[in-house]
Amino acid sequence: MTTAEQTWTESTTEVAGLSVRYLQGGSGPAAVVLHHSTGNIGWVPFYEALAQNFTVTVPDLPGYGQSERPAWARDARDIAILMSHFLTRVAPDSPTLVGLGFGGFIAAELAAINQDRIGSLVLVGAAGLQPDEGEILDQMLVSYGEYMTAGFRDEAHFQEIFGEEVAPEVRELWDFSREMTARLSWKPYMFNRRLAPVLGEVQTPTLVVAGSEEKVVPLSCARQYAAALPNATLEVVQGAGHLVDYEEPEALAALITSHAGA
Amino acid sequence: MFIGYFTERPYQDQESGYFGSTGRDIADLGISNREYNPRLGSDLYNRYLDEKVYAEEMGFDGVMLNEHHSPPFCMGGVVNVEAAILSRITQRVKIVILGNVLPIWEDPLWLAEELAEIDMISRGRLVTGWVRRTGRESVAHNAQAPFNWERFQEAHDLVLAAWTKPGPFRWEGEHYNYRYVNPWAKTYQQPHPQIWIPGVMSRNTVKWAAEHRYPYVMLATELEPTKNSYDYYTDVAKENGYEAGTQHRSYLFKVHVDETEELADQAARKYVEGPSNPFLEGNQGIVRPYLQNLPGMTSRTNLLPTVTSFTQSAARGRQVAHQEATGKDGSQVPEDYSSYESQKERMSIITGTPKTVIPKIRHVLEYLRPGSIFFWDGDGAMDHDDAMRSLRLMGEEIIPATREMAKEFDLKGPFEMDTKTNEPIEEGEAIPAGGQ
Repeated sequence: MTTAEQTWTESTTEVAGLSVRYLQGGSGPAAVVLHHSTGNIGWVPFYEALAQNFTVTVPDLPGYGQSERPAWARDARDIAILMSHFLTRVAPDSPTLVGLGFGGFIAAELAAINQDRIGSLVLVGAAGLQPDEGEILDQMLVSYGEYMTAGFRDEAHFQEIFGEEVAPEVRELWDFSREMTARLSWKPYMFNRRLAPVLGEVQTPTLVVAGSEEKVVPLSCARQYAAALPNATLEVVQGAGHLVDYEEPEALAALITSHAGA
Repeated sequence: MFIGYFTERPYQDQESGYFGSTGRDIADLGISNREYNPRLGSDLYNRYLDEKVYAEEMGFDGVMLNEHHSPPFCMGGVVNVEAAILSRITQRVKIVILGNVLPIWEDPLWLAEELAEIDMISRGRLVTGWVRRTGRESVAHNAQAPFNWERFQEAHDLVLAAWTKPGPFRWEGEHYNYRYVNPWAKTYQQPHPQIWIPGVMSRNTVKWAAEHRYPYVMLATELEPTKNSYDYYTDVAKENGYEAGTQHRSYLFKVHVDETEELADQAARKYVEGPSNPFLEGNQGIVRPYLQNLPGMTSRTNLLPTVTSFTQSAARGRQVAHQEATGKDGSQVPEDYSSYESQKERMSIITGTPKTVIPKIRHVLEYLRPGSIFFWDGDGAMDHDDAMRSLRLMGEEIIPATREMAKEFDLKGPFEMDTKTNEPIEEGEAIPAGGQ
């Protein structure tokens, strides 16, 4: 997943006494990407595409990958508070905050708590709201392989990205990430009834993105975000599933660039 | 020697094609309850209760109950209901719950009250065990898997406090919070009933049981690993300043005895048939490892994860899942390992007439030196007649012979030797000190 020549750096900072690792690359205005519940496998093509126009920062969310676990954290809002302080340390100048899936849930919570920290918001296949139609796919009842496959428009595309045999270190990261996700989002699964009522206060310009072939977070969630946030627009990426960042990295980067005016 | 009787109480349905003697595949949490027939359930619950009453008549010291959620192989979804009924319809046997699934209880104070009532109604015959169970139970009652072990320990501490500490008091724990702990019902046995801990292979649980001086009940594990686990218990006991004795060691194993070798063979084969039970070797049950071992069910604590540490963690998680799913290391298992013949050969299933069964029980007792045992019978596709024939012969021949052998090997159970003090418990003593 990494490019032949390393275009990014790896650093750590401390938030609330916890070590947080982050990758950074590119140049331009700041964009911070919050990863999916399955963790961050490295400097993937989406970050590279985004780095053409932004200084891209990708933290391992606390408790994921190489970032220390906040044993006390119980929900997405706890991580949002930590990430708000992370932004103060690492990207203080009104960054564009991009949340992918569960990271979108955290980004929305962060905006609700402290919109002054961010210049613009991008929610991609974001969880966080109870869908009006359908249900968010429960990763706890399927194997992580099945769950990841469901994030793609079809199995062939999953295999194109990850190969027929997924690399052991990637499988281990998915397995490892599930534990932290289970600590943060169990009951209710992947949404917070206390989020929707406060979204109307978020004035941040927001781009809501979803894949037309979404099978993990129902498309209705994207519509609900777009309706609840006062300054939001909705973009549906045709042919992409839940993992728009893996399936259409260039198209997603272009949408974000256009939205943030970078 | 304490001798108990156990069956999973399988949901045997000859009509559905999934249960009964067909042994067809049932994937873990993969079967809808639309298959369930409450009329049949009613008959089976009553049958299994009747068999336990008969077990008491035949001279067993205890009847053991376990609890699972959602699978057809065990009807014990609310173990305290069966225990409550048995506490009234039996007179003498200990009612051994192995056990209540602590982490799935949202309100363990209610559990403390239920068990206290059972202990009182039975006039002090409750033995209460605790289990963590696997992902199946966490899913069924939506208990957060990563906190399974924490909840187990805190619920245990809360129940014991509710039983032993005068109320009212306040409990502000990590997972349980009460502003007023003051249950009116208290246990008949004081300070509280004996606590036994069942398990399969978890080192954590063995260690925890040994630290608390609770008897550890190995559940139908193979002889050598069982002995190794007892040795580990003994090591932990030493570290904690006491000698583990036979009273700390308990063993559940499959024994079916019958009138002729032919009948025994016909009936015991049914262990590997019936409503597919993944805990019965050779049965057709399919376990989904990712459900059995939900994220965080096993210890993967990592303060500062590195690639190496999460690699190890993940590996450990899968290994435990595999062990829980299969009870063994799959890479070393020959193909026919789980066949009835192979299990009989390895004494994973002990069956025959009293004449052939008794020497095998003798071997188990001599090799493992447990102070308490449970015969696991009447399971799989065995019907009521199979169960009753075996129970009668156990009463007539097996139990008396087992008691003699226990005397010969000096195997004393937790009602003869206090597990907390290693002192003998006087006969007729109303309050076993082991409950302290």
